[in-house]
Amino acid sequence: MATLGLALVFGAAARVIELRPLELLHDAGNIGVFLRGYLHPSFAHLSEYAWQCVITVCIALWGTLLGAGIAVPLGLLGARNLAPHPVVYFAARRLMDLLRAVNEFVFALMFVTAVGLGPFAGMLALGIHTGGVLGKLLSETIESIDPGQVEGVAAVGAGRLHVISFGVVPQVMPNFLSYILLRFESDIRSASVIGMVGGGGIGFYLWDTIRAFNDREAATVILLIVLMVMAVDVVSSRIRRLAI
Amino acid sequence: MACRASRNLHGAVTGGQHALATVAPVMTTSVSPVITLDRATRMFGATRALDAVSATVHPGQFVAIIGRSGAGKTTLLRCLSRATSLSAGAIRFGDTDVAGLGGRTLREHRACVGMIYQQFNLVRRLRVIDNVLIGRLARLSGWARWAALARRFDAIDVEAALRCLDHVGLLERVWQRTDTLSGGEQQRVAIAKILAQDPRVILGDEPVASLDVLNGRLVMDTLCRIARAAGLTVVATLHHVDYARAYADRIFGLRAGRIVFNGAPSELDDARLFEIFGEVPQSLPVADVDVLARTA
Repeated sequence: MATLGLALVFGAAARVIELRPLELLHDAGNIGVFLRGYLHPSFAHLSEYAWQCVITVCIALWGTLLGAGIAVPLGLLGARNLAPHPVVYFAARRLMDLLRAVNEFVFALMFVTAVGLGPFAGMLALGIHTGGVLGKLLSETIESIDPGQVEGVAAVGAGRLHVISFGVVPQVMPNFLSYILLRFESDIRSASVIGMVGGGGIGFYLWDTIRAFNDREAATVILLIVLMVMAVDVVSSRIRRLAI
Repeated sequence: MACRASRNLHGAVTGGQHALATVAPVMTTSVSPVITLDRATRMFGATRALDAVSATVHPGQFVAIIGRSGAGKTTLLRCLSRATSLSAGAIRFGDTDVAGLGGRTLREHRACVGMIYQQFNLVRRLRVIDNVLIGRLARLSGWARWAALARRFDAIDVEAALRCLDHVGLLERVWQRTDTLSGGEQQRVAIAKILAQDPRVILGDEPVASLDVLNGRLVMDTLCRIARAAGLTVVATLHHVDYARAYADRIFGLRAGRIVFNGAPSELDDARLFEIFGEVPQSLPVADVDVLARTA
């Protein structure tokens, strides 16, 4: 029964998205033409693309930093065991939901109108969205800490900030650092396409070369993005292993 | 609540040998009590976890609370530490009713009450020295308060913390991460933290229940030595009667939320034990109670 239901749902969904697998075979010739271009990347503008990759990494770096900066206060206020008042907890949680629900591309479109085209708009968009994600992860990490260790600090008569600094921070720090690095890897991938909507970085060139059917250039851009993402993943997982 | 005034704990502990001879446990009722329980009652739904408990604890006394699990020992201690509040009656520290405390006054009260827990409640990822320095937090003022947020302390506080660790014999562990220490060592770090805190009263919630007998003895010896040297009052729940007999000046026996025994260890005979526990509890694995007996 459940199988039949699932089959129906997927069948209906296939109709909605106009699923026509045979066209893959039918248009094989076209795809061949595309592939030929992509198999011969052009290195004419390599230095320009490489510089755009640097800009992309910088967008992700600052975006993640901004995100972490937003996440710390929101995560502290949005943790049930630390929030000074249920209303504050509720407000912080809903604000984080909002930041996460809106995709970074939508934020980028807004910031492009607000601060103009370029990497700054992209970085703001990434940072705000990342702030929501990291804030939620942080608040949930805080909610799962050992309350005994916090009680041990509060019991000496320490103030709220001291309790957080001594009782909470040491317990959440390893996880939070690991989340920040994971988010940085994800932000690199987002930053590499955010240029499509005017957010700066390599994404603009990706968009431009694909739309102009400039396959050989597009292949170079994609190749560079893949290399960049791989390099960042390797470096960040090294750091993660060192830090924990 | 100026528990810091006019008493230098470290001086008192350093001169421990002399102090031991001079500071005798105060048993006379003419001295005003440190803690007064006045028909203290705590309800959990319809059950009375504490049922109109009245008792007094005098300065310098070591009071052990014994009883079966579920008798209300932990509830009583949690009410004393204000981890939970009473349903009726009152608990007074000196003249202060703890029910009226909140915010700053509650923090000031906590600074005067040192807590020892069964699970140590140290911050496991911090170094030993940092855990002892936590004891100083409530004493900091001005810039030192803010610097402490980044775990930076003045040399004077660090030296005080080192002296406290020296008193519990853990100076060689100072820079280690706390979770690398054994249970007994962690509980001694907790005692060093209380030394650094310099309180008036120590409350112990089963301080040796998670330790083996030898470590339990070491911890109790350390606690007693320090409390007596500084004239501190100790109230601790102890699950083993032998510990209570060996270390306490006074024993409260709890049964079903009521105090059914309040007297000196010497008065605690088998009949009394039967009244408290409903049976005569077995001795510790090292059956020889003399081993536990106070050496002081």
